[in-house]
Amino acid sequence: MMGRLLSYGGLALAASLFLAPIAFMIVGSLKPDERVLLDAGSMAAFVPEGASLQNYRDVLARVPFARYLLNSALISSMIVAGGLAVNSLAGYAFSRIRWRGRDPLFALVPAIMVIPLEAIAVPLFYQVTLFGWRDTYVVQILPFVANAFSIYLFYTFFLGLPRELEEAARMDGAGALRTFLWVVVPNSRPVFTTAAILTFLTQWGAFLWPLMVTSAERVRPLPLAVSTFYSLPPLQWGDIFAFGVMMVAPILGVFLVFQRWFVRGVVTTGIKG
Amino acid sequence: MARVSFSKVSKIYPDGTRALTDFDLQVEDGELMVLVGPSGCGKSTALRLLAGLDAPSTGEIRIEEDCVNAVPAQARNIAMVFQNYALYPHMSVRSNLAFPLKMMKLSRAEIARRIAAATALLELDGLLERKPAQLSGGQRQRVAMGRAIVREPSAFLMDEPLSNLDARLRVQIRAEIAALQRRVGTTTLYVTHDQVEAMSLGHRVAVMGAGRLQQVGRPQAVYDRPANSFVAGFIGSPGMNLFPVRLRGDGTKIEMLLGETAVKLPSTLLAALGPVLASQADKPITGGLRPEAFRVEGQGTALIEATISAIEALGHESLTYFPAPWAPEHILAARIGTRYPVRVGETIRLGLDPRELNFFDRAGDAICPASTTT
Repeated sequence: MMGRLLSYGGLALAASLFLAPIAFMIVGSLKPDERVLLDAGSMAAFVPEGASLQNYRDVLARVPFARYLLNSALISSMIVAGGLAVNSLAGYAFSRIRWRGRDPLFALVPAIMVIPLEAIAVPLFYQVTLFGWRDTYVVQILPFVANAFSIYLFYTFFLGLPRELEEAARMDGAGALRTFLWVVVPNSRPVFTTAAILTFLTQWGAFLWPLMVTSAERVRPLPLAVSTFYSLPPLQWGDIFAFGVMMVAPILGVFLVFQRWFVRGVVTTGIKG
Repeated sequence: MARVSFSKVSKIYPDGTRALTDFDLQVEDGELMVLVGPSGCGKSTALRLLAGLDAPSTGEIRIEEDCVNAVPAQARNIAMVFQNYALYPHMSVRSNLAFPLKMMKLSRAEIARRIAAATALLELDGLLERKPAQLSGGQRQRVAMGRAIVREPSAFLMDEPLSNLDARLRVQIRAEIAALQRRVGTTTLYVTHDQVEAMSLGHRVAVMGAGRLQQVGRPQAVYDRPANSFVAGFIGSPGMNLFPVRLRGDGTKIEMLLGETAVKLPSTLLAALGPVLASQADKPITGGLRPEAFRVEGQGTALIEATISAIEALGHESLTYFPAPWAPEHILAARIGTRYPVRVGETIRLGLDPRELNFFDRAGDAICPASTTT
């Protein structure tokens, strides 16, 4: 009994460490601007005294928030959609099709996974500048469609699929692409869900690359916009918090809706979240 | 329906494993041929080569007169029933049955007609909207058969289709497969490691061992006159008793020596094989005798004294094991009726029927290879 109480206490403490900043942000976004910093040092930070939606109205009045939101949604969704197509096919080719050079090429996949974007950002920047792609959607989407981690995720999942299913489809008269689309894909929902959610979460928060390749507001995604907003005088914490809430809300919504699939996907793909 | 043939087919996998060597086999139109052998003998490889799921390293595979080595699996018009059924888990039974028909681009009406026919034939009524996970093992088996039948293929391939079923269901489905094959009359190649299945199902059986075809023939012929000591030991449960013997005599009168005991070979055997057997006189060769060729208490023409080392009572009969008195390192099995109660340690007198004797030379090949032809 005591042990159980202690473990619940420990869990509650750990959870509050993670939840406190989020609660602080939500409560702060509802308060008058001047109260936010005043209350920050005490428990009052978590009390929504004098709550109103004024900060939200201010944000919408000061910046084209809907534009940023649309940009982020478009860029993340395109990366997810393109990524699912490209990476699943690549994973399938690595796991199931025998072709010259497959093994040495596949050895590169985990190697690429450990290279951070920061390491290749400058040559990549140089390259896209040569292409004349700066300040476009394409430059924010294309470099991230093919993803070594996703390829590896698909690869390991496909290895575990019973090969007989595909052989049965071939015997039944289906070619390679049909077998993939009609038999492999419908039986691989967990890995598609996991890859989609992980990619979406990563891309929704992308900051460094958009900072390097965009300056125009019309293609600016949310993380970059919140940073620009932060430096936009006057410095109003309530507005910044409101911006933060509006940025996090969609992703939180996506996560809550797909949580069940996400957990199942993580379990069946054997990937720790 | 079609005639299928393998000629000099070998398969060596990229890692160097030689799965099949110089494999020759002809399956006649409408025939049910069973490929039987222990694990790793190459029987499934042969099936996969015919299916087009793997390509042979050398040799030719023909369907009718056409060499299909370069024809992809989906264009061979062959249907396969897999060991684990390989039903598409995300599709209903109806969609599973319809899948190959859609691939053939048949009209909706024709697809419906064929599904209805297969449903009636395999008693799948009421299951069409279920997913494979909602079916019992036997029902899944039937759906897998159905998916093969609806295509009206030129040949069926079955890869150990009963091995996932329990013993009772296995016997039932085995009979159903035999009846179904008779009714639709499609050339069938059936792979199993279970020699009871092979004996009971096959019009002919092809026994395989170590990647080679060992013998092809009617089940009874293979059982009675195995082509070599491998087939003798593999077919039958338990397999044929194999023991060292010597022959003495000339072409007209030959005796078999079991240690000190001399057994006169019957004239029927001598008429057929006298000279061949005489040429083996005084050489160490192997004798073979089925467990049921032993008789209790001298009903045969020869007598041996057997000290029983183990008994397996099977209800309708007992399998009695004893060391060969002339070569105690060889444990022999005798099938005796339950009306002769015996105990472990007891010594009994057994006769044997010399007409059922088989002989194998030092290489293990039958000295009387009467059943290598069909």
